[in-house]
Amino acid sequence: MQALYAQLLVGLINGSFYALLSLGLAVIFGMLNIINFAHGALYMMGAFCAYFLLNLAGIGYWPALIIAPIVVGIFGMILERTMLQWLSGLDHLYGLLLTFGIALIVQGVFQNYFGSSGLPYAIPDELKGGMNLGFMFLPIYRGWVVVFSLIVCLATWYLIEKTRLGANLRAATENPTLVRAFGINVPRMITLTYGLGVGLAALAGVLSAPINQVRPLMGADLIIVVFAVVVIGGMGSIMGSIITGFSLGVIEGLTKYFYPEASNTVVFVLMVLVLLVKPTGLTGRAA
Amino acid sequence: MKQKISALLFGTALTLAASGALAQDKNIKIGVLTDNSGLYSDLGGAGSTLAAQMAIEDSGLAAKGWKIDVISADHQNKPDIATTIARQWIDVEKVDIFMDVLNSGVALAVNNLVKEKNAVMINTGAATSDLTNAQCSPNTIHWVYDTYMLANSTGQALVKAGGDTWYFLTADYAFGHALERDTAAVVTKSGGKVIGTVRHPLNSSDFSSFLLQAQASKAKIVGMANAGGDTTNTIKQASEFGIVSGGQKLAGLLLFITDVHSLGLKVAQGLSFTETFYWDLNDDTRAFSKRFSERMKNKAMPSMVQAGVYSGLIHYFKTLDAMGGNPHDGIKVVEKMKAAPTEDPLFGKGTIRADGRKLHPAYLFEVKKPSESKGPWDYYKLIGTTPGDQAFRPLSESACPLVKK
Repeated sequence: MQALYAQLLVGLINGSFYALLSLGLAVIFGMLNIINFAHGALYMMGAFCAYFLLNLAGIGYWPALIIAPIVVGIFGMILERTMLQWLSGLDHLYGLLLTFGIALIVQGVFQNYFGSSGLPYAIPDELKGGMNLGFMFLPIYRGWVVVFSLIVCLATWYLIEKTRLGANLRAATENPTLVRAFGINVPRMITLTYGLGVGLAALAGVLSAPINQVRPLMGADLIIVVFAVVVIGGMGSIMGSIITGFSLGVIEGLTKYFYPEASNTVVFVLMVLVLLVKPTGLTGRAA
Repeated sequence: MKQKISALLFGTALTLAASGALAQDKNIKIGVLTDNSGLYSDLGGAGSTLAAQMAIEDSGLAAKGWKIDVISADHQNKPDIATTIARQWIDVEKVDIFMDVLNSGVALAVNNLVKEKNAVMINTGAATSDLTNAQCSPNTIHWVYDTYMLANSTGQALVKAGGDTWYFLTADYAFGHALERDTAAVVTKSGGKVIGTVRHPLNSSDFSSFLLQAQASKAKIVGMANAGGDTTNTIKQASEFGIVSGGQKLAGLLLFITDVHSLGLKVAQGLSFTETFYWDLNDDTRAFSKRFSERMKNKAMPSMVQAGVYSGLIHYFKTLDAMGGNPHDGIKVVEKMKAAPTEDPLFGKGTIRADGRKLHPAYLFEVKKPSESKGPWDYYKLIGTTPGDQAFRPLSESACPLVKK
């Protein structure tokens, strides 16, 4: 029984990465209608950015949590301005192919210079060690990841669903021409939204740098699962992707305990089941 | 008139063909089949192709009229892709010899094809000891290391040092299974006990669930029967979950220098494991490794897999040089390779057994503390050597049909 609690908690930790990443994807898909396959590469860039900040500029983990998402976010906005914006109104497939190509290029470039084994990034001193919860030894860093990503997820949800800015944004997706008539700069808002989604990916990258090796392929390994999360949660649904992210982490954790061999397929099996029963995803609305 | 000319041409063609068959064919095509983009690409990958090129340059065969080409491909760690490439290489590209072929699943699949098509494989990357046991082939030489040797060296040393209860964390495919099986056998034979095992999918990024299970088992040794990125992430996360500070010991059953480099000495210090090559063993290995590293994009030192590509090809070239030409009959070439003792700057003197097993010493290393390291890539302390004839599976235990008993 104790082991079960431990697995639930570990699942929650992984779930927080899924939630952060799928949230970024959901924001981008919901607002821009782009299936952002470059998300994994941008997550990886976030981790690398933290590594460079530490090793080239001596800037530690805490500032990196803010700087890396901004730097990568700006990179994302340049991508949007120079390439993605020309695809608005076209079939989803074009955006998917373009972002997938970008991901391959970015990963290839990083792999060329840094190899595949990755680079070390240590846990910040303040979050080292762990505490004994009775049923498991919880590394403090992991606890921090859960709490922090939960806060970020909820803040993003609030921003988009409950504020005026979010309302404008949602309106702009529904009917850009009308929103423009109110004097709102829609293209700029879309660019900033893409930057926000990308920043979330980079933030997840910084969070994961001390846990995983900083590797060029760290995002490629994760992105497929995250897409499954988004599909299960319902494409474009903010709350849906947060909840699905955390719960799939837990389900995966349980699988790792009961039948570890299936732990990397369980998410996809679930995806198939959900799509068969409810093609719009758990919280998705019919198009 | 027209008929006369074509008859003449036909005759000339016939004579040309005949004279071509008489002259020695001195063309070789080497195929480096490896992981060029995935989790094992640092220990094989582009470095293996570079090692092959260096072997060609150092062999001096070009000056003797040989024409040697190298091609490389990414098998993506998928046996089906690997066999498709290998088939095309043999049928269309006329590849004579396969090098590297890391990943045990891939190696076993390609092994069958190479045998069927009578090519040659010098496997320097895969770990499974089945390549020279039940699955042995007259066309294959297993050059660098195998799971039996790793188990024998590392496993025995750890049980002797008091690690008598084991829990395995195993990569769920041919390689992990073989390494776990061979290590468990050594542990049991040396008086230890295996109290559990958990199998994780290849290329996992999170090991916390598996590590918690290992922790709960209370085994003294957590044996990592995985490799590459899987091992580095396991080690990193094990320190996070306090596995080592809680009194359990991590056993890296297969670690490469590129893994240690990636982890950094702070995390990797104190790990002990077995390799058959280290760049800083002697003057010869240092000289080669320096040349190698200068030509690598990320200035990495060679792994034992890459060093094996060089060493294996040097012996292959020597054999072909002695044969004088016609390198396309795989079985014949491998027979000649087995007949001659091997010697090269990287692995020293050695022999190749009837089952295809190349013999050379196995070294037990311990990773240095950061304070002991004099600079980049100065990572290992040598703590024990097993001579080549004792390091690998004895022929008396072999299930290989090529071994006459």
